[in-house]
Amino acid sequence: MSLTVLLTLLSHWRRKPGQLATLLIGLSLATALWTSVQAINAEARASYDRASATLGGGALIVLTDETGAIPIENWTRLRRDGWAASPVIDGSLEVGEQVFTLRGVEPLSAAGPQTPLGGDGPGAAFLTAPGVLLAAPETAEFLSNSSLDLPPVQASANVSRTEIITDIGVAARLLDRGDFIDIITIDPEARPGLTPLSELVPELLQSSGTGNGEVEQLTGSFHLNLTAFGFLSFAVGLFIVYAAVGLSFEQRRASLRTVRALGAPVSSVIIALLAEVIALALIAGAAGIVLGYGVASALLPDVAATLRGLYGAPVSGELAIRPEWWVSGFAIATLGALGATAQSVFKAARLPLLASAQPRAWAMASSRRYVLQAGAAALLFLAAAIIPNVSSGIVAGFALMAAILFGSALLLPPALALALKLGQIATRGPVAEWFMADTRQQLPGLSMALMALMLALAANIGVGTMVSSFRLTFEGWLDQRLASELYVTTRDEAQSLDVRAFLEARSDAVLPIWSADTEIESQPGEVFGIVDHATYRDHWPLLVAQAEAWDAVASGEGLLLNEQTWRRLDIPMGTPISVGAGDSLNLVGVYTDYGNPSAQAIIGLDALTRRFGDGVSRLRYGVRVDPAEAAALTEALQQNFDLPANGVVDQASVKAFSLSVFERTFAVTAALNVLTLSVAAFAMFASLTTLASMRLPQLAPIWALGLTRSRLARLELVRAIVLSLLTWLVALPTGLILAWALLAVVNVEAFGWQLPMHLFPGDWLRLAVMAALAAVVAAALPARALATRSPRAFLQTFAQER
Amino acid sequence: MLTRIILAGLLLVTVAAPSLAQGFAGLGTRSEGFAVPVEGTEFTFPADHGAHPEYRIEWWYLTAVLQAEDGTPYGAQWTLFRSALEPEAGEGWSAPQLWMGHAAVTTPSDHFHAERLARGGVGVAGANAQPFEAFIDEWSMASATDRLSAGEDALSALDLTARGPDFAYQLSLDATGPLVFHGNDGFSVKSAEGQASYYYSQPFYEVGGTLDLPEGAVAVTGQAWLDREYSSQPLSENQLGWDWVSFHLDTGEKMMGFQLRQTDGSVYTSGSWISADGELTAIADGELTMTALETALVRGRDVPVRWRVELPTRDLDVEIEAINAQSWMPTLFSYWEGPVTISGSHSGRGYLEMTGYEPEGE
Repeated sequence: MSLTVLLTLLSHWRRKPGQLATLLIGLSLATALWTSVQAINAEARASYDRASATLGGGALIVLTDETGAIPIENWTRLRRDGWAASPVIDGSLEVGEQVFTLRGVEPLSAAGPQTPLGGDGPGAAFLTAPGVLLAAPETAEFLSNSSLDLPPVQASANVSRTEIITDIGVAARLLDRGDFIDIITIDPEARPGLTPLSELVPELLQSSGTGNGEVEQLTGSFHLNLTAFGFLSFAVGLFIVYAAVGLSFEQRRASLRTVRALGAPVSSVIIALLAEVIALALIAGAAGIVLGYGVASALLPDVAATLRGLYGAPVSGELAIRPEWWVSGFAIATLGALGATAQSVFKAARLPLLASAQPRAWAMASSRRYVLQAGAAALLFLAAAIIPNVSSGIVAGFALMAAILFGSALLLPPALALALKLGQIATRGPVAEWFMADTRQQLPGLSMALMALMLALAANIGVGTMVSSFRLTFEGWLDQRLASELYVTTRDEAQSLDVRAFLEARSDAVLPIWSADTEIESQPGEVFGIVDHATYRDHWPLLVAQAEAWDAVASGEGLLLNEQTWRRLDIPMGTPISVGAGDSLNLVGVYTDYGNPSAQAIIGLDALTRRFGDGVSRLRYGVRVDPAEAAALTEALQQNFDLPANGVVDQASVKAFSLSVFERTFAVTAALNVLTLSVAAFAMFASLTTLASMRLPQLAPIWALGLTRSRLARLELVRAIVLSLLTWLVALPTGLILAWALLAVVNVEAFGWQLPMHLFPGDWLRLAVMAALAAVVAAALPARALATRSPRAFLQTFAQER
Repeated sequence: MLTRIILAGLLLVTVAAPSLAQGFAGLGTRSEGFAVPVEGTEFTFPADHGAHPEYRIEWWYLTAVLQAEDGTPYGAQWTLFRSALEPEAGEGWSAPQLWMGHAAVTTPSDHFHAERLARGGVGVAGANAQPFEAFIDEWSMASATDRLSAGEDALSALDLTARGPDFAYQLSLDATGPLVFHGNDGFSVKSAEGQASYYYSQPFYEVGGTLDLPEGAVAVTGQAWLDREYSSQPLSENQLGWDWVSFHLDTGEKMMGFQLRQTDGSVYTSGSWISADGELTAIADGELTMTALETALVRGRDVPVRWRVELPTRDLDVEIEAINAQSWMPTLFSYWEGPVTISGSHSGRGYLEMTGYEPEGE
């Protein structure tokens, strides 16, 4: 019996292939976005596990030199003493308009994930002339087409788009490093050497790379972030499914009644409905998983680059097919589809046999339902208001965001109904009044799609504001760090003095970047001394500052602290801060210092040299010079002095490079944003298309009263635009609250620093235009169908009307 | 010593590319351009104790049979392989030389091993002739100049160190006899096709020193054998594996012998008989027979650990038995290498090396 019922039900889809497609596409898209996020997370986790297995769970010790370059003998000495040390050369390679990080590794000594020779690696060719460049496939193609005389390029999914990996010998040649390297990494777990590092290479600075425990803690936030985005996309997708399932139920009301009247028990109908939805979920789920794999493969290299760049976490750029996200994809597709069908099944179970079987467009809007929705929304907002007060941490941040998003989504239909009602009161003229009333009438049918659109728009505004705020702050931070046109590092103090004298005659200003290692409030850290110069006053954005902060620093009485330390210490402005052994200095300001885990402070240059004397490293300078003369000055410096490799770095290229890295960091977010918005637009298209076919009985009388078909079609377009713009209006505050939650709650947890929120009205307007355009695109086909529909069809509705 | 040719060849392949096929292809094409051993060439010392980058492969291979004061037998191995990726010379990072070190200590109950890899040209691994030192990382085989008398060969007194995760050793080696030259004055023919290498040894070392083992330091004395060989010959394809021995006989005589197990079931045998005063006589194919008497299960494979070795021309008929049957080197490419005791017509101690014993089903 159930089978017969099932076949009867399934026959519906043969008549409505478009609806079936909507359902399947909606569910596939939702599953795809979810799966791609899961796949990325699973891959990253597997990479961490691999790394901790190869590295024995330990962190690498990283050795660097103050001058930026390490003579190769240092590495040789370490090896000959037994340390598991590996050299690295890191530099920028300009190819055409693009700048890449060229990383030279020494494969025979590199530990675990650093070695490029595993799997289908380039093998012996990597080590022999002319060498091999490993690059992401896109980069590889770009490099092969360049006119530069580069070694052969081999595509590798393990390399991020900004990177090129090659043998250290090739890197040394391309970057003209001679007998110098940039970094020495040591795997302390492999084996210690015979002599302590401090005796063997006393001149090198030691720092620990990120330990794996720390990596998981840090990246945990990032992955939660991604998961939340995946879930949001899935929710948006589910709105489509819910709409399509509901619609199909309404349309099959007659068939269901007939089947029941013919004697099929309720249980058979319910079993058939459930079987149908599970079958659809499995088909759509499989398609979604395949699609998700594609999306994840496309996004993973950037995610890997982000994780490497932000946290130093090694993540492979290659995606493996893992059972965990397969299973999770099918599970969420089935659960989602079942959830979306629940209401229909419930209705089918209680279907009155003798009620009119006439399909209605949708249930009439009931004011009671709006009140219920508004009530639920109010509860969610209340929860959102309470959460930050009772709980903290990243999970609370996401709970807060979820409450805001879904509260706003629930509030949308009542708000739209209210707006339209007010509009109806305000308008004069029959057509306008009809337009408002008819739009209100259609609201229940469109509300799911509009809610999906609202979620997508709000997420877009929220995440967009977060990223743009971060970008603005990051640019400010770059200016702070890179305000000078040139950065010069000298070999020793004697050369330092000569270079300073040389530069002072040829530039606008020479700004010493002198520093000393010390303790700041008993925390190990670094103190920089600066001269009083407009560069700092104009360029360094201070998060919090007392009036005349820069004067206080210049006079040697004040001190600026980096944000991380300030948050850790939790102290007000004016607090005396101990720096090394001398007198305390008053805290006069706080500056942003992204990506630095240690304490850092800035004081006046004289104060620095007075306090630390010989302990001050006096090797670096920032040089202010007319940008047009920077290149000539660089050349003059290199000709006159035997500067270390990387001794002169020009600001422009470093800045451009840093920004391009930043952009890539958020490429994933941007991609997911666009995908979510597309899914929402598709939801709207699906709803409008289905509604259009059912609304003929409502339009026919208006047509009969004299409104032409083309006018009606134009009104349909206007309606879609009005609704999407109203939705945008609700999405705007929602998105801004979301951005605040991301910046003030989630970021502090995930990255360790708070970001100032900046508003970007231009972006909002662009989004409004996009929303309207999406509405027009979604409504275009149904409107066109209406405009070209034969008058006979309109007339027929009167004949069939009962 | 094809053993080591293949080991050194594999070094190139294995280190540079886990994808063996690709590496082998590269190996075949690149053999052109390397120097080839020529019969009648005179060795020049100390220069020839150092590296010969113009030849494709080369090694410094030392095995020591040792014993503690309480009579416990030990074995120690120190090996440095050099393999050239290309015949072209290059400097610094561009030097196309790969180096691989193997070190091991065998006790009656344990076998400790370690492996090191490095590139040439940058001072991390290499072999200098003057003063002599072969090294990789902190492992070193160096001429002990303070123990050398004027005019004495640089290899006559050596200091040897190596360490692994769970062992280390420091040994002093002093030669009591001259260098010996295998084959025809050091020109050692390896096959009917004329493949050959330069091959000489110092088999007369008296050893003293310390083994650092997990249970503590052990003072040891004993004898050691150093092989030096270099060539450029490509690999043979018809070998299943080989069994190689070096003997320190109580009579003061030394013997080196090996058999190649070929795919057609036949064996090819060769070796050298060295008198106590250092006079070397080559052992021709068929003169020596090696018969496996007993196997042990070593890492999933049956490996012969007791052998009968017969050399009728010298009235030698002995049984050799591994001091530790599990003397397996689980390195990038794995093999069995460990000390043996010799009994029968002659007695003494020696070293046994075996390759090509694959696990069942492979």
